[in-house]
Amino acid sequence: MVVFDKPHALTDAPMHYCPGCTHGIVHRLVAEAIDELGIEGKTIGVAPVGCSVMAYNYFACDMIEAAHGRAPAVATGVKRADPENHIVFTYQGDGDLASIGMAETVHAAARNENITVIFINNAIYGMTGGQMAPTSLPGQVTQTSPYGRDTNHCGFPIKVCELLSELDGPEYLTRVTVNNPKNIRVAKAAIKKAFQNQIDGKGFSLVEVLSSCPTNWGMTPQKALQWIDEKMIPYYPLGVYKDRSAAKEETK
Amino acid sequence: MSDKVLMKGNEAIAEAAIIAGCRHYFGYPITPQTEIAAYMAKRMPKIGGCFLQAESEIAAINMVYGVASTGKRVMTSSSSPGISLKGEGLSYLAGADLPSLVINVQRGGPGLGGIQPSQSDYFQATRAGGHGDFRMIVLAPASVQEMAELTVKGFDLADKYRMTTMILADGTMGQMMEPVALDELKVGAPIEKPWATVGTKMEREHNIVNSLFLDPAALEKTNFERYDRYKTIEENEVLYEEYLMEDAEICVVAFGIAARVSKNAIDEARKQGIKVGMIRPITLWPFPVAPFKKAAEHCKAFISVELSMGQMIEDVRLATECKAPVTLCNRVGGMIPSPEQVLASICEAAKTNGGAN
Repeated sequence: MVVFDKPHALTDAPMHYCPGCTHGIVHRLVAEAIDELGIEGKTIGVAPVGCSVMAYNYFACDMIEAAHGRAPAVATGVKRADPENHIVFTYQGDGDLASIGMAETVHAAARNENITVIFINNAIYGMTGGQMAPTSLPGQVTQTSPYGRDTNHCGFPIKVCELLSELDGPEYLTRVTVNNPKNIRVAKAAIKKAFQNQIDGKGFSLVEVLSSCPTNWGMTPQKALQWIDEKMIPYYPLGVYKDRSAAKEETK
Repeated sequence: MSDKVLMKGNEAIAEAAIIAGCRHYFGYPITPQTEIAAYMAKRMPKIGGCFLQAESEIAAINMVYGVASTGKRVMTSSSSPGISLKGEGLSYLAGADLPSLVINVQRGGPGLGGIQPSQSDYFQATRAGGHGDFRMIVLAPASVQEMAELTVKGFDLADKYRMTTMILADGTMGQMMEPVALDELKVGAPIEKPWATVGTKMEREHNIVNSLFLDPAALEKTNFERYDRYKTIEENEVLYEEYLMEDAEICVVAFGIAARVSKNAIDEARKQGIKVGMIRPITLWPFPVAPFKKAAEHCKAFISVELSMGQMIEDVRLATECKAPVTLCNRVGGMIPSPEQVLASICEAAKTNGGAN
């Protein structure tokens, strides 16, 4: 009897992620959602530039590699090419989504583009070796903020869910994390809902996942998971920032 | 006999694209090509197509990338400063071997430049649309009818060779009105696109649209393969027009609006007994080398008439292998050479090189 198996929507390609990185968990959650909703055959994923640049090798559905930050625009094209038959998701990191691609992110949200966005916030540029991200915390030491992020000099982190929640457009905005089994279950439900919303034609759904980067944070995997609890969650509170359909239900 | 309608060049491009089967257009407003977007905004919703005003040129070209990934015909249009912004996307489209049609209705530059006609994006279009080794097929219309015909042809070529075709027009071509015979447009047969990312339907391995190759040997292979394809294009897809070249001793070279002006000057020079003709490249890439090789055997001088500081002139020198002097007759910044200016250049070349009777 099989009690635990690889989701069908993941390929057999060995992942390149560092030990203790939570990308693998989030990939699995996305693939489980695709499996459970039975949408692999009509799903097209858009990979970013960043640590998950090679996500196109890991998901078994059709995949597109986008230019840095442009995944929401590419996804817009894919979705609009055949809105009835394409389920489209982007998988983006913080540099991709909240720095170089902020315009594409905001406008896709404002249009309530009927796509699903998985946003990995690990407060650092991982692939290039640990530079300051738009989401690096005040005081956080990185390669390009070696004395700690000085908010007088380079400003404050961007809280994506809070920022987008001011728009009338987006359907669903939520922030989750995957640093313990309980949080992983919440994250899974959020990701599945973000796909279900698209199937139901509800529109732009973004799941921000607070993630760990032990390599570039300079921590053990275990300490990195604690750091999410101790440092990230206080600055980036977990929870649902927008759920238009739920709000409508409540006002009925 | 065909029914002709009076249209602006920009509108002719838009309607021809629809005739070619394009149902997706993404763009951002910029003079002097905004009529294309306005036309698409009106027409697309009525024919089940998609017009979407993007938040930027960068977003627009990436929406094009998205639709192109699914194998459907798609286009964007812009003018010079906007094309610079699309450069990143053009490189990715090339790297991922995606077909698309991109219109550049050129205006004066560099920088914000002006809003009047120019041809100063010739280098950008034929050499450096973006980073990396790649080419685009570049078509240069010289009439509103050609704006329509080359748009249809551009889609066919893009699909056939899995690459971007650029229509390199200018503000004059975009804005002027001429009669167009739309019913004469011929659309090529659809091409199978088994590489398209439209969902596996659980019937095949996943398709990946991608331009990333971390293994240098693999990346080199894609570059060589792409350039093999470019060679086929150079051999088979060259387009040009020759005007009074049989006995020409002086050869004017011009495309787009510069060719229209030059024709008048050539007619006048012929009246004065100067044996002058013209080669009008229609494909700027691939550049029509063969007619220049032939012309270099009997022409004593070449004159490149351009709305730039002299960009195509380099291709003329390469194609003629510098067998005869090549001079430049130009205006820039949105100015257009007059027939008198071109005639003066022809007379000067005739005097210097003995082309007069």
